[in-house]
Amino acid sequence: MTTSPINAPKRRWRITLLILIFLVACAIAGVAYLLTSVFQHKMEAKNPYLRFVEVTENTTDPEPWGINWPREYDQYKKTVTPTKTNFGGGDAGITTEKAVTFPFLTRMFAGYAFSLDYRDRRGHAYMLLDQEHTRRVTDRPQPGSCLNCHTSITPTYRRLGDGDVQAGFVKLCMLPYQQAHDEVVKTGSLNATWNGTTQQLKHVDGAHPVSCLDCHDPQSMRLRVTRPAFINGIKALKKHEGIEDYDPNRDATRQEMRSYVCAQCHVNYYCGPKIPLLFPWGNGVQVQEVEAYYENFKFPPDPKTGEQHRFYDFIHSETGAEILKARHPEFETWSQGIHARSGVTCADCHMPYTRFGAMKVSDHWVRSPLLMVNNSCQQCHQYPEEEIKARVHIIQTRNFDLLQRAGKSCTDMLDAVKIVRAPFDEANRPAADDKAKAKLAADEAFAKLSPEEQTKKLQSTAQSILNDLWAANVAKTPELHALGELHRKAQWRLDYVAAENSMGFHAPQETARILGESIDYFRQAQLAAQKLAPPPH
Amino acid sequence: MSWPRLSLLASILTVLIGTLLGLGAYTFYYAEGLSYMSNDPAVCTNCHIMNDELASYSKSGHHHVAVCNDCHLPHFLPSKLLAKARNGYNHSKAFTLQDFHEPILIGPKNAEILQENCVRCHENLVHDAILVPAGGAQEAQLCIHCHRNVGHAPIH
Repeated sequence: MTTSPINAPKRRWRITLLILIFLVACAIAGVAYLLTSVFQHKMEAKNPYLRFVEVTENTTDPEPWGINWPREYDQYKKTVTPTKTNFGGGDAGITTEKAVTFPFLTRMFAGYAFSLDYRDRRGHAYMLLDQEHTRRVTDRPQPGSCLNCHTSITPTYRRLGDGDVQAGFVKLCMLPYQQAHDEVVKTGSLNATWNGTTQQLKHVDGAHPVSCLDCHDPQSMRLRVTRPAFINGIKALKKHEGIEDYDPNRDATRQEMRSYVCAQCHVNYYCGPKIPLLFPWGNGVQVQEVEAYYENFKFPPDPKTGEQHRFYDFIHSETGAEILKARHPEFETWSQGIHARSGVTCADCHMPYTRFGAMKVSDHWVRSPLLMVNNSCQQCHQYPEEEIKARVHIIQTRNFDLLQRAGKSCTDMLDAVKIVRAPFDEANRPAADDKAKAKLAADEAFAKLSPEEQTKKLQSTAQSILNDLWAANVAKTPELHALGELHRKAQWRLDYVAAENSMGFHAPQETARILGESIDYFRQAQLAAQKLAPPPH
Repeated sequence: MSWPRLSLLASILTVLIGTLLGLGAYTFYYAEGLSYMSNDPAVCTNCHIMNDELASYSKSGHHHVAVCNDCHLPHFLPSKLLAKARNGYNHSKAFTLQDFHEPILIGPKNAEILQENCVRCHENLVHDAILVPAGGAQEAQLCIHCHRNVGHAPIH
């Protein structure tokens, strides 16, 4: 086709118009995209969640909650992911024994279940599984108290206490572990199921690790604390500070609650057979304040002797001292540090806000802030990530070195006591052997063992009889008792830092102070032992 | 090849331009475009990302004497409009495409504006302390280097 010269301007017009049409169409598409984007962000901000299914005070299973709050639930499920920092966590599978890094722990816990099995931490999702399988629980009798923090338990307390959570708590704590575990499984969870278009709540057996219910009100999603041991503990602490009848669910600020929900479990406590789970906060939460509280604490009268013994966790099988066991005092240590002083809570660093579109959600994949420095530390500390990590590394390495040094002072002291004890053991071993033989002769299970196993069993029984004799000797000999008291003070402090999860970061100066005191007490004990040692032949 | 008639193309274009104008106007209205011409601090939370800043600002020592714009925009009208346009473009682009650095950090240009505004009100008090004139100030001389949370907590 040929084009006449007359048509040329018309053609140019057409081309111009077509181009304009194309451009305007693109602009319309762009504006439409913008409009839907604005709409989407407005909607995201308008409905933080949709309540598709009913969740109740008895829905311990997090899955139904996950239908209503999928973002939080997805993050919560990520706690199965193995994470590792310089000083914590581990690779996939069960974590390593702490004694691999801190060999002194095995001797430090001689005579206690912690010498059997004591491993590094894992994510929230594993808390129940790991407890069910630790040798501390499988090989030794443990009380129901242990379950307070390893499972979503309030509905069980309510059921056992006929509506009274506190009464149910006391009841469950005093049950043997397995029996208490069965009760939790029996309580199970009340889950929503759909029957056509109507919803029904159905009971499902089973125990779950920490769950939504433990920190959130199922109606309003407001933060709340549910565990009686914490509620009792914080009440005693506030009373000590001059505040009567403190109820965190009524009196705490939202910011305080962002630490209190974690402090329901991440604290030091007594978990033993003699009394229900106890947070020893009636005299304050500093290391020496808790120690003083324990000094004045008397166990209920012994059913046989009627004696009200002062507080202790176990008798150390090497020194015969009545030892205090410290349990991961994260909340207490944090409270002594600069972050607590500045009003920064657990959740601010361990569950920082993450953004989903126009929504901000606190990250329910609770983990070390070192794994998310930009969301966590950099909110306040606006330095490069490498700089922040380097600062933390310096703090933690210093603490690690001091901790190992304190561990050395512990084993040095134990070696010194060994020399003091040697003549006693020598004198009493024949009697202990006879006693062990007599005891095992009546034991049918012993008779069925192989000769090697019999020898082993005989030896361990005799040793444990000998340890008891030594402990009785320590109790009635003033010099040995004084030595034991130094051991008690020293180990309480060392354990307080060793058990804490932050490698000193939660309060570096306070942690160094505690370790300094620990080393001093261990060396004092070592000196005292050297004075008591028999003269060399 | 045969071309569509000129009048048809013109009609299509007219309809499209009308659509664009209508849709644009509605989007502007729906996105509360007019509110950005105001001085109200609540406008800065239109896209919700500044909620925490607004909350802490409303409890801060400056909330009764200054609004967001007093500190974050120049006071000379043409520069103010220019800064508003520049920030408006950057913010809407970032929020629509969701491609910004978190935590949100103030940029050098905006930090300069902020510094000028600190000095504008507090000049009588600080003129001895300002070693480098505002505008050419280095990071170390910025008031907010130390007084980081005078306006709002650093929650971003």
